[in-house]
Amino acid sequence: MARTTRRAAGTLEQLLAAKEIVICCGSGGVGKTTTAAAAGAMAAARLGGKVLVVTVDPARRLANALGLESFGNVETRVPDSAFAEAGIECQGELWAAMLDTKQSWDDLVRQHAPDAKTRDAILSNPLYTNITGRFVQSHDYIAMERLYEIHASGRYDLVIVDTPPTRNALDFLEAPERMADFFSSRLLRWLTVPYRSRLVNMATKPFYKVADTILGSAFLEDIAEFFLLFQTMYDGFVERARAVQRVLEDKRTTFVVVSTLESAPLREAEYFMAALEERRFHLGAVVLNKVLPSYLLDSGAAEAASRLGADPQAAAAALDDLGDPEAAARVVAEISQSFLNFRVVASREAEQRKELGRTPDVLATVPYFDSDIFDLAGLVRLGEQIWR
Amino acid sequence: MTPLLDRRLLFVTGKGGVGKTTIAAALGTLAADHGKRTLVCEVDAKGNLSDFFEAGRTGFDPLPISENLSAMSMNTEESLKEYLSLQLKIPVIARIGPLARTFDFVATAAPGVKEILTVGKLTWEVREQHYDLVVVDASASGHIVGQLAAPDAINELVQVGLVRDQTGWMLDILGDPTQTGVVIVAAPEEMPVQETIELAGRLREETVVELAAVVVNRVLPELFNAGEEALFERLRHDDGLVAALAEVGGGPVEPILDAAELAVSLRRSRAGHLQKLRTELAGTEMLYVPYLFQRSHGVRATNRIAGHLGEELGF
Repeated sequence: MARTTRRAAGTLEQLLAAKEIVICCGSGGVGKTTTAAAAGAMAAARLGGKVLVVTVDPARRLANALGLESFGNVETRVPDSAFAEAGIECQGELWAAMLDTKQSWDDLVRQHAPDAKTRDAILSNPLYTNITGRFVQSHDYIAMERLYEIHASGRYDLVIVDTPPTRNALDFLEAPERMADFFSSRLLRWLTVPYRSRLVNMATKPFYKVADTILGSAFLEDIAEFFLLFQTMYDGFVERARAVQRVLEDKRTTFVVVSTLESAPLREAEYFMAALEERRFHLGAVVLNKVLPSYLLDSGAAEAASRLGADPQAAAAALDDLGDPEAAARVVAEISQSFLNFRVVASREAEQRKELGRTPDVLATVPYFDSDIFDLAGLVRLGEQIWR
Repeated sequence: MTPLLDRRLLFVTGKGGVGKTTIAAALGTLAADHGKRTLVCEVDAKGNLSDFFEAGRTGFDPLPISENLSAMSMNTEESLKEYLSLQLKIPVIARIGPLARTFDFVATAAPGVKEILTVGKLTWEVREQHYDLVVVDASASGHIVGQLAAPDAINELVQVGLVRDQTGWMLDILGDPTQTGVVIVAAPEEMPVQETIELAGRLREETVVELAAVVVNRVLPELFNAGEEALFERLRHDDGLVAALAEVGGGPVEPILDAAELAVSLRRSRAGHLQKLRTELAGTEMLYVPYLFQRSHGVRATNRIAGHLGEELGF
């Protein structure tokens, strides 16, 4: 399939050779995970060094291709034999891991809890279980936290992270800041006052009375306990959140925005690019997936399709070697219409790409593959499209 | 099973990028066209539901779209204010600022609170019979279970109090398959199909809400029957025939043949995913919506999709 031209100067190869952390972001369903994995496979194979791809929820077959049998924060090396089977010589090492939110939170608590008693009390607090297990916002922070932890360990030359699917792309950018704000909020201290000091019976004050009527005192106590326990880890937590924030701002970190040329994901991508600029984060590349081939824009072919579609019988007559003129006419009518149909969409996409506001250093286009990618060979095939 | 549009509350979900909002807007349009007083509500305040109706920005107060159709965007803070004033008879929320802040705080600490304010508002609209049908452009498949399970979660966490009293009737509405159902939107591609199958299982195991239907969006048309495909293959690989075709067309035809081949192979790989979906979810109502080859996704697309859904539902 024809590769579409690119305006920008740099290449993904240069970008990945220069950076230590790559954060792939974009709205759901645009091929973010696959792009992250392809970039990782290419970096390991071509640039060498130790490369880790952290994914959130990969398609099963892709996970299998990377040797990820089960969830968990275990970093697994993709065996050289897998590269050999795909006919690729790998200069470095490719590692992969899946993000396990619950386990990551538990690890964080274990690390920062002052003693075993506090640790166990937090781990068994019903609110804690709910926040970490069930709800979405916690994924954003923990993804960034894991990234920090892995980077700080110095175990890898390059870490590529696939971010959780959020409707609001900014959530995870702001997660470290929000986490720090949250634990230092005055409101939090205020709410936990009656439980910190039984001497002053705050629970009789109107504010607590209303809260108590609505939520019940048992629930309020759960909340208070949760925050009292968490306060013991306050310093460690806030410091950590700030460190995570610094990693995002670091010169060695870059963001790759992944999108398709459909209007909704593209709008999200542009919004995200603006947000990165505002925060002075580094926008390294934009990768556009599932782009229809450029031959659909051939205007001579469009005219031919219109002519053939207007009189398929005439075309069938010219194709008398094919036999069955009626079937031949149907084939001509179908392919003409199909070309014109796809052309409408391709034209819209071309226009959308032209309107893409900020030009990143690297703008890579990936054609519409007619099958899903589920092995290393496929990842590298995709990687080749965006590499240079 | 209760016919889809005879239910009162439909949660439309699906993997990101499959056209969830389009389908929610189209289902609402279809129901309204058939005389039902319909509300379409997006739960994500940053969503783009209004693009699909082209009727101005939607907010917490329902925006009239057409005779029977209104649209709104959920806002949990507004929902809380409404709840406090209607249910708890606390009239002026502005005066008890600290309470609102407390809720903001509690909502962050126990995010189930946000979910319950959303589900609570929706079920309340149903209970009060303000509409015949409420169509929800709900959270994506990763988050919908948390949202629908929120009343249960709150039941576990909050043992007493007014919030606890409210979850009972919410669960009654959510758990009644004649009233409430989930519609999963899928595209015939690997990940959306996989997520749809997994979500169907999780809905069964973790929520009280029934899966009402699966909408398969963006189904590509079949170009050829078997005989025609053989014929196309011969044409494609015969230089003489290609030249003859170019002669009649008066222009290059290679792109036309390439495009046909792309269409055939896309259709074929998608047929496999579709088959898997049908097998795994046998017994679930499946509605097929064709891929629309058109310029944009405005109200025109919404109406066309409403038409296709109407045909699928036998209107």
